[in-house]
Amino acid sequence: MSSSIESLVNKEYQYGFVTDVESDTIAPGLTEDTVRLISSKKDEPEWLLEWRLKAFRRWQAMTEPHWSNLKYEPIDYQAQRYYSAPKSITPLQSLDQVDPELLRAYDKLGISLSEQKHLAGVAVDAIFDSVSVGTTMKAELSKYGVVFCSFTEAVHNHPELIKKYLGSVVPYSDNFFAALNSAVFSDGSFCYVPKGVRCPIELSTYFRINAANTGQFERTLIVADEGAYVSYLEGCTAPKRDTHQLHAAVVELVALDNATVKYSTVQNWYAGDKDGVGGIYNFVTKRGKAHTNSKISWTQVETGSAITWKYPSVILQGDNSTGEFYSVAVVNNMQQADTGTKMIHIGKNTKSTIISKGISAGKGQNSYRGRVKMLPKASGSRNYTQCDSMLIGNQCGAHTFPYIEVANNSSTTEHEASTSKIGEDQIFYCKQRGLSAEHAISLIVSGFCREVFKELPMEFALEAQQLLGITLEGSVG
Amino acid sequence: MLKIENLHATAGDKEILKGISLTVNSGEVHAIMGPNGSGKSTLAQIIAGHPGYVVTSGSVTYEGKDLLAMAAEERAQAGVFLAFQYPIEIPGVTNAYFFRSAYNEVRKANGMEELDPIEFLDFMDKKLKLVEMDEAMLHRSVNAGFSGGEKKRNEILQMAVLEPKLAILDETDSGLDIDALRVVAGGVNALRTRENATIVVTHYQRLLNYIVPDFVHVLAHGRIVKSGGKELAVELEARGYDWVMEAA
Repeated sequence: MSSSIESLVNKEYQYGFVTDVESDTIAPGLTEDTVRLISSKKDEPEWLLEWRLKAFRRWQAMTEPHWSNLKYEPIDYQAQRYYSAPKSITPLQSLDQVDPELLRAYDKLGISLSEQKHLAGVAVDAIFDSVSVGTTMKAELSKYGVVFCSFTEAVHNHPELIKKYLGSVVPYSDNFFAALNSAVFSDGSFCYVPKGVRCPIELSTYFRINAANTGQFERTLIVADEGAYVSYLEGCTAPKRDTHQLHAAVVELVALDNATVKYSTVQNWYAGDKDGVGGIYNFVTKRGKAHTNSKISWTQVETGSAITWKYPSVILQGDNSTGEFYSVAVVNNMQQADTGTKMIHIGKNTKSTIISKGISAGKGQNSYRGRVKMLPKASGSRNYTQCDSMLIGNQCGAHTFPYIEVANNSSTTEHEASTSKIGEDQIFYCKQRGLSAEHAISLIVSGFCREVFKELPMEFALEAQQLLGITLEGSVG
Repeated sequence: MLKIENLHATAGDKEILKGISLTVNSGEVHAIMGPNGSGKSTLAQIIAGHPGYVVTSGSVTYEGKDLLAMAAEERAQAGVFLAFQYPIEIPGVTNAYFFRSAYNEVRKANGMEELDPIEFLDFMDKKLKLVEMDEAMLHRSVNAGFSGGEKKRNEILQMAVLEPKLAILDETDSGLDIDALRVVAGGVNALRTRENATIVVTHYQRLLNYIVPDFVHVLAHGRIVKSGGKELAVELEARGYDWVMEAA
């Protein structure tokens, strides 16, 4: 019986192709000179180089953290390449100057960058290896005063905003991977929504790793000024390669008083093959700072990567601020995920919600790790955590590591957890009603994830549901 | 419609069915009775295609086709329906969505067009009345948090939606109070036609007061030890199973 549960595995990863473009790739290794070289390639101001160098020196004094429930071969940081950019891209070029080969790569990923054809209602910044290929709908957005561009462009055109907010939520000294990113980050997206403006369309960044043996280290900074609203989506894919590739990103969100930032991710990095060969090592620091009456909401659907180490968090700094974390994390085959969130309640009457859905199939290991911390002054604060795990088959694992610290006596925390198993009985029930095994699994899994999917913007919800179907296809028989 | 010949089946190392033969024709209602552990539910599950059993010999023919060669979903699409003894919960999936998916799969397999959500809700209206259920039921997750009686009613509702040719009710009466029993039986009776057939698996004669069988079979130790008309059920209720088993 259980052998049939293991039998249906693995539809091909659809996005595993390689784009043949001539690239400017620097030699492997990481020294101060590497940091200087990256900075000079981007023609950066002196203050930013200084910041990078401080981060680099800090990083050198740090050691890779090993508290997670992840097992992997040691990473040789000197064997990585830290910068690779298609030669055809010149900094600050406009979209109609983009190499057609690159546009075709994005077309294949289902993302059209040509202004006439782009998805209505979504502006896209496309990051290819270490650089931004281009950003759509910029003109449309500027009518509202919304700035949405590559990080590199923002450094040149909006240095005052970058200076003010870069590292304000995730300092370069925060952790090993954040320090590494701060030293060598190459590009990423920047968004600023001015006071009282509701950003009229979804903003999105599509991250694509293409070059071999090259890491991607991008940095995203989103600032919603007082009373502003923005919804941002992030998607990621990479070619199939049989060596592991490093991805260490930093995302900082700032929601000023009365602002709302909604950040959604569909992460579909290459996960490696059935035996765990290849795949992305994803070590990401994502954090938001919520000021008075503001709200930061993270929604993530994590289906890719060989290793996921990621804890999108909210610092509830201002009174009455709200933090939310909705997550679906799927591991199949040899994938491992250690993911969750931190909700740090500092202001009074702050509120946080955590809904985490972990799905494990194959030999995958899925860990939820979450910290809820209520500081002494966070009186009247509340947290609700719900942590559900689903197991498919007999060889996978689900683990939960919740940490709850409450330092005042008027706060409330609730934690609920469950573990269930897709069994032969559930599948048989569906089959007895005329559904195929695949249909049954996708139905059962999407039911399990419903509370998270309903938080995703429409365009993404469908994609996520399909992606989940593909990732798990074949994991039950 | 259904012809079972000398069926032997095992679960693990244990032989549970030891040579069952049974013929069911269109328009007939058969009751299968017997003590616990006699193989009643196993027989029901094997007809529906549960993967937990191995048929070691014998055959099952359904409308001229080898039923045992068909996948469980193909059997369902061909009109075989099992009302589960223990209906399964599917949290987060609404009844409406589940029923529509099932209904459309069956229609698709039979070369009919699928119904969209709005057409389907109209269609459900009549079906709900049949089992005296409220529309709110459609928006609840499949069987999740349902009471025992609600689960059983929900099975009959699905039967009403799928309109099977061969319905097998596996202890649908267990755990039902008398009102629910009346509703469930009323639903089943309303769905009876000359073209379809029903197999009612039960411990007790009680249900058979409402769903009147044409034939009653007593299953014991994996064999049918006695068959008769509806009066056999009454006799079993009065005398228990021992005398039949001794006689066999």
